[in-house]
Amino acid sequence: MSLEKTIENVAVNLLRLAVTELPRDVKEALRNAYQEETSEAGKTQLKAILNNIELAEKTRTPMCQDTGTIIFYIKAGAEVGQLDKIENALFNATKRATTEVPLRPNAVDPIQQKNTGDNTGRNIPYINWEIVPGDIIEITVMPKGGGSENVCTMNMLVPGQGIKGLKKFVIDSVIKSGSKPCPPNILGVAFGGGADIAMKLAKNALLRSLNQPHKDPKIAQLEKELLDAVNQTGIGPMGLGGKFTVLGVNVDYAVRHPASFPAAVAFNCWAARRATAQVRPDGQIKYLTHELR
Amino acid sequence: MATYKLTTPISEEDIRKLRVNDVVYITGTIVTARDQAHKRALQFHEEGKRLPLNLEGLAVFHCGPIVKKEGDKWVIVAAGPTTSTRMDIFEDDFIKNFKTRIIIGKGGMGKRTTKAMQRYGAIYGAFTGGAAVLAAKAIKNVKAVEWFDLGMPEALWILEAEEFGPLTVAIDSHGNNLFEDIKQKTQGNLNAIYKKLGIEP
Repeated sequence: MSLEKTIENVAVNLLRLAVTELPRDVKEALRNAYQEETSEAGKTQLKAILNNIELAEKTRTPMCQDTGTIIFYIKAGAEVGQLDKIENALFNATKRATTEVPLRPNAVDPIQQKNTGDNTGRNIPYINWEIVPGDIIEITVMPKGGGSENVCTMNMLVPGQGIKGLKKFVIDSVIKSGSKPCPPNILGVAFGGGADIAMKLAKNALLRSLNQPHKDPKIAQLEKELLDAVNQTGIGPMGLGGKFTVLGVNVDYAVRHPASFPAAVAFNCWAARRATAQVRPDGQIKYLTHELR
Repeated sequence: MATYKLTTPISEEDIRKLRVNDVVYITGTIVTARDQAHKRALQFHEEGKRLPLNLEGLAVFHCGPIVKKEGDKWVIVAAGPTTSTRMDIFEDDFIKNFKTRIIIGKGGMGKRTTKAMQRYGAIYGAFTGGAAVLAAKAIKNVKAVEWFDLGMPEALWILEAEEFGPLTVAIDSHGNNLFEDIKQKTQGNLNAIYKKLGIEP
């Protein structure tokens, strides 16, 4: 089979896995939240979420009717040839998955105000590229829900306020979002770099497992501090009150311009869907986040 | 907090028993209606035209379902709730004119709707956002579809449900609004959080 066709097939599998089954770390975090939630209303919501994901997994049905905007993250080994074929493979995979899974058609042409019907169009699915050493192609898909995307926010903070300003910005963003992003959420927080860089890093941080703190202990500490603070707001599951407003906070940063302190908060809903696989040069495929059924 | 199992048509008396934080499961007829269906229903009322069905005592669901046709039968694939605040501009007149007893959605509704629910006897039941498979499982049958010209998500889907829920009573018929309470509580918690993080408010 050609590399293009292999990538297409793997991407269809990844899309199906992502929308029907949550990654292990997210499932674990939701189960743990249900055990530890003390608000009755919050517990009712978490129980419904757990029942829903179990049913979705069993019946292989999308866990949420909003199957998101399709975003791919590719880590391409520098020794792999035919990288120019991958984009086409991912577009075809998205079209196929829309009918085969099925996915809700979620790509609207903003000028014509018309749904393209197949989840593809100008710049969508969006592909993030990273060149890495070696001969493996790693594909990650993130079907990103609209409700949580609508409250993502970025701001150019005052450098003099430093990390304190960042903390306030994160807390205020969560309070403002309330019940809208379908909590408990996962937050990706990033600062520095520039306006686009901060948001890009924040969104990338949503891909990191909840069991994997940042490797810099100072950032890991900030993640913990923000998690505790956000979960003291009392917003709770689906905004009905409780301890679990977020399941985790993943932070990243870039060095900054002396005059700038860009900061971004990316929200993911409880249906924090992602799936990853590696394609090896001999055609062997390894699924990292899910077991292929 | 109590759990209630209600069957449509639901009486005002039964609705008045419910309080915020109670959990409700509904058996019977649930009708989906989003922005366009609300607008048209109110227009029909104004023009003295009859709706395709009598909504008295029924539940209205803010939902644009994914529906597929198997043979000549419609089947619900996924039916999670949509954000209810968009319907705030219609819901008070809707409840007043059609005596709908339960509004189902996500995210809560505002003062206008809360007042109408108190006055005419209705509640808002919050269904878990995104729990589309759970919702679809409780829908046993699509009885009919009306106003299909509005498109699949906006049409009136008349559904037969069995123990549809859990719905958390988030607005009751006594003027209580759980989402508003939580909003005020979170604002109240904010200062303590700022203090802990060493932030000036």
